[in-house]
Amino acid sequence: MTTGILHPRLQEIADDFVAIPDADRLQLLLEFAQDLPPLPAQYADHRDLLEPVPECQTPLFLAVDVDEDGRVHLFFDAPQESPTTRGFAGILHAGLDGLDAAEVLDTPGEFSSQLGLQDLVSPLRLRGMAAMLARIKRQVLDKAA
Amino acid sequence: MALPYDSAAKFQDYARPEMLVTTDWLAEHRHDDKLVVAESDEDVLLYETGHIPGAVKLDWHTELNDPVTRDYVDGAGFARLMSDKGISRDTTLVLYGDRNNWWAAYALWVCTLFGHPDLRLLDGGRAKWIAEGRELTTDVAKREPTDYPVIPRDDSTVRAFRDQVEAHLGQPLIDVRSPGEYTGELLHMPDYPQEGALRGGHVPGAKSVPWSRAAAEDATFRTRAELEAIYGGEAGLRPEDDVVVYCRIGERSSHTWFVLHHLLGYPHVRNYDGSWTEWGNSVRVPIRRGENP
Repeated sequence: MTTGILHPRLQEIADDFVAIPDADRLQLLLEFAQDLPPLPAQYADHRDLLEPVPECQTPLFLAVDVDEDGRVHLFFDAPQESPTTRGFAGILHAGLDGLDAAEVLDTPGEFSSQLGLQDLVSPLRLRGMAAMLARIKRQVLDKAA
Repeated sequence: MALPYDSAAKFQDYARPEMLVTTDWLAEHRHDDKLVVAESDEDVLLYETGHIPGAVKLDWHTELNDPVTRDYVDGAGFARLMSDKGISRDTTLVLYGDRNNWWAAYALWVCTLFGHPDLRLLDGGRAKWIAEGRELTTDVAKREPTDYPVIPRDDSTVRAFRDQVEAHLGQPLIDVRSPGEYTGELLHMPDYPQEGALRGGHVPGAKSVPWSRAAAEDATFRTRAELEAIYGGEAGLRPEDDVVVYCRIGERSSHTWFVLHHLLGYPHVRNYDGSWTEWGNSVRVPIRRGENP
C-alpha cells in the first residue's frame, strides 16, 4: 500500500519539517514526542489490548479504534526515554487521529521518507515509523470491515 | 598535559583504571578545557531532551558510520567529525550514553580504530548521572572546530571481519546476545527491530555470555573479581587468548570488548562488528543452533 495521496494534515506536517533547517528538525520531532497524548485508562489498564511494534528501535505499543462514524482513533505507548519513537508516534497521531478509515488507508507507506529526517535520524530508525503506519492500516482494515 | 586519572578505589583493581571515570570525577572536571564529554545514545533524540552540560552529541548511525558502505568513516571523515565536535588529538574524551553505555562503548571502540590517545567511559553512563540528580541541560554545546589530524583507520588490532572469524573457528569466541538469539529461537533482540538475519543460531564454538552479565543494577561495570569469575571462571577464557566477541551489529559486543580488553586487560580481543546481521545472512558459513557452543 504505497499508493494514495497524503492527507492535508500529514502534508502540512511534512511541509513544516522540510521548510526548516536541519538543526531545527530534531527539535520539531522532539515537540511531537512531547505532545503525544498519554494512554487513556481503557488501555492503560489493559495493555494486553495493545499491539507491539517490534520494528521500532525501542518498544512501542499501539491500539486503533474505529468509531461508529468510521473515524479512526490512535493510541500509543512508548517510554519517555525513547523520544524518537515517541516523536514518530506523535506525528502519526497529529496527522491521522480522527480521520476517516479510508483517509488513513490512503496514506502512502513511504510517508516517513518525506520528513527530511533520513540524514538526521537514519533510514534504519525511520523504518520504525513505516512499521507503525503499516500496523495502523492493518488494524483499520480489520476494524472497519 | 592529560587530565588526572580517577583514583576511585573500585577502578584500581581493573587492568586499565584510567579508562573509566566516576560521575563524581566528571562533575569535578567537566569544565576543564582539555576535556570533551560526548553523549552517544541508541535514541538519536535523547541528547536533545537533556544532557550533561557541555557534552556534545556523537551519533552512531548518522556520524560514525559511512552513509553508503557498511563500514565506519575513514580517516578523513573521522578527522572532520572530531574537528566539528571540537575534539583535538590531545583531548581527554569522556563518553557516556543510554542503555548501559552500549553506544558509548561502541563509539569508544570506533575511536580506538583511529587510535585517539585518551578515551574514557563514564561508569554507569547517562542513567547513573540522572539517578544521582545531577545537572542536565538542553543547551546544545558549541565548541570551536579543531584541526584534528587525518589518522588512517587501523582495522587490524581490535576489529575482526567475517573471513577472519571463519579462520578463527575453534578458538575463543564470545556471543554476547540474549539466550534466545544464541540458540536460534529468535532472529533479533527481544522487542527489537528485525534487522534482517535469514538464519538463527550462533557461530560454532562461541560461548554464550550475555553482555548484561558485566553490568551491575546501576549500569556500572561489575568489579574485577566478579568479571574474572564470569569470563575467566565460567567462560574459561585465559588472558593470553585470542578472543573474538560479537552480537547483532557490534554494539553490545563493544561493551564486552571494553570489559575484556580494558578492565580485565586481555591484550588480544577483537570485536566482529559484522556480527549476526552478517554471519546469519552469509552463504555456507557454519551455524550451530541450540544451547551448546
